[in-house]
Amino acid sequence: MRTSVQELIAKSKDKKSKKIIEKLIPVLLFLIASVSVLTTIGIVLTLIIETVTFFTRVPLSEFILGTTWLPFANSGAQFGIWPLIVGTLKITGIAIVVAVPIGISAAIYLSEYASDNVRRVVKPILEVLAGVPTIVYGFFALTFVTPVLQSFFPDIKIFNAISPGIVVGIMIIPMIASLSEDAMSSVPKSIRDGALAMGSTKFEVAWKITVPAALSGIIASVVLGLSRAIGETMIVSLAAGSTPKFDGDFTGSIQTMTAYIVQVSKGDAGYGTTIYYSIYAVGFTLFLFTMAMNILAGYMSKRFREEY
Amino acid sequence: MNTATIKTKINTAQPTSVEQAEKESVYSTRQLNLWYGNNHALKNIDLEIGENEVTAIIGPSGCGKSTYLKTLNRMVELVPSVKTSGEIQYRGRNIFESSYGVEELRTRVGMVFQKPNPFPKSIYDNIAYGPRIHGIKNKKILDEIVEKSLRGAAIWDEVKDRLNENAYGISGGQQQRICIARTLAIEPDVILMDEPTSALDPISTLKIEELVQELKEQYSIIIVTHNMQQAARISDKTAFFLNGEVIEYDRTDAIFSNPADKRTEDYISGRFG
Repeated sequence: MRTSVQELIAKSKDKKSKKIIEKLIPVLLFLIASVSVLTTIGIVLTLIIETVTFFTRVPLSEFILGTTWLPFANSGAQFGIWPLIVGTLKITGIAIVVAVPIGISAAIYLSEYASDNVRRVVKPILEVLAGVPTIVYGFFALTFVTPVLQSFFPDIKIFNAISPGIVVGIMIIPMIASLSEDAMSSVPKSIRDGALAMGSTKFEVAWKITVPAALSGIIASVVLGLSRAIGETMIVSLAAGSTPKFDGDFTGSIQTMTAYIVQVSKGDAGYGTTIYYSIYAVGFTLFLFTMAMNILAGYMSKRFREEY
Repeated sequence: MNTATIKTKINTAQPTSVEQAEKESVYSTRQLNLWYGNNHALKNIDLEIGENEVTAIIGPSGCGKSTYLKTLNRMVELVPSVKTSGEIQYRGRNIFESSYGVEELRTRVGMVFQKPNPFPKSIYDNIAYGPRIHGIKNKKILDEIVEKSLRGAAIWDEVKDRLNENAYGISGGQQQRICIARTLAIEPDVILMDEPTSALDPISTLKIEELVQELKEQYSIIIVTHNMQQAARISDKTAFFLNGEVIEYDRTDAIFSNPADKRTEDYISGRFG
């Protein structure tokens, strides 16, 4: 005997197990998703608690106003964060000066000039470049870029800000180029055609139409690159040295916030000491910087959006 | 559609153009062939396009009418794998000559597209774009050009108080007139229009058609249209394209009242296309 399809459907609908699974799935997915959120909350909480402990030992005013970072002094250790911030800014500044012009030029070339074949080859290469481990970049800075720089400018020390700054810049070029290219490629072709039909050259279209139209995406890519440069650790640990300095010197050893955290974590200080807690305070400062960058990126991309 | 109604429309709407004498040619196309890869899209086109006239190009989809229009300002070359043979003389000079820069040609020959495509900039910057890239920087002169162009495109009164607003904030019909004004801003010789009203509502369409009638005094206009009544209403001459060939080219009143070719008659009477 053959039952109708509708009857079969009704029968299977009645099955208890199916109903239970339907109810269980969202709960299960919610729990799994919660893990990542809870982990983040846990990390931030640890950071805050340990940072608060640090400030019970070192006054907040010394930390945010002090210009001397001398954590390892036997007597009279000083914890003024500015030398580490200045070190980080030196690296970030050089990186941006290197990465922004090259990254945006590459993006303009890829989106406006390159043929489909060139784009098909170059874009994956860019993305591979973004996947090179940073330790490799660090070695590259220390054993190649620094000696090359020294052969031109003998004043440059083996540990300096310029070489790792350049290499951090090289590291973020693919990111800026790739994200900016995405932004430019999504500008409608019809708008470019409109400009070409008025007798614009290709470069005028790229510079006066496509780049302004894609500006919000380009700025977002630069700010994301910036926040990666600020957080970059391996390259600066290897090639920038470990001398916190509050000055404008780029040729000698410096220290960034990240490099200081590495230095302490490697075992220069015991658990429970002020130095141990200081890495949390520095880490928290770093967190504030990158968070500010992400908020800035969001704001900029809204502010400069050209509607189309 | 009914041929008879069109006939009466032409007779009332286009009384003067019928008696007009032959005018000087702006474009002479001779033995033009065009291929997209292996697809032979235009076949042995011969056309003379007159000065200060509205020339309509009609035909079913895929007949090559848009391709031909885009060949006139060489925008068609943006499609990879396009090959051409034959020649198009613009004001006596072959536009395919290697010494003829496309930018120079496109500065003389403006284009209005099917979908309004203003730049994502303010209305003012949209109009000033052309003059600016061609080296006009003086703010006073630019102000004059912007006003004159917007007036020329019959949209000045609607946007004069919002020149600094983004051009995407106005209606589609207004955007299309902004695009026409943008083209007028560099005072071209010829204006190519690629189905300029197909994305617009009837009232906006009417405004643009009236505008074309006014612009004809100063510009030579070539308009591709799907809409046969539109061709009948606004054009002086009509070319009927089919499968990449020009089937018939004549004064608009002659084409619509007394087509010489059976296929033209079939098309304009709505039997296909």
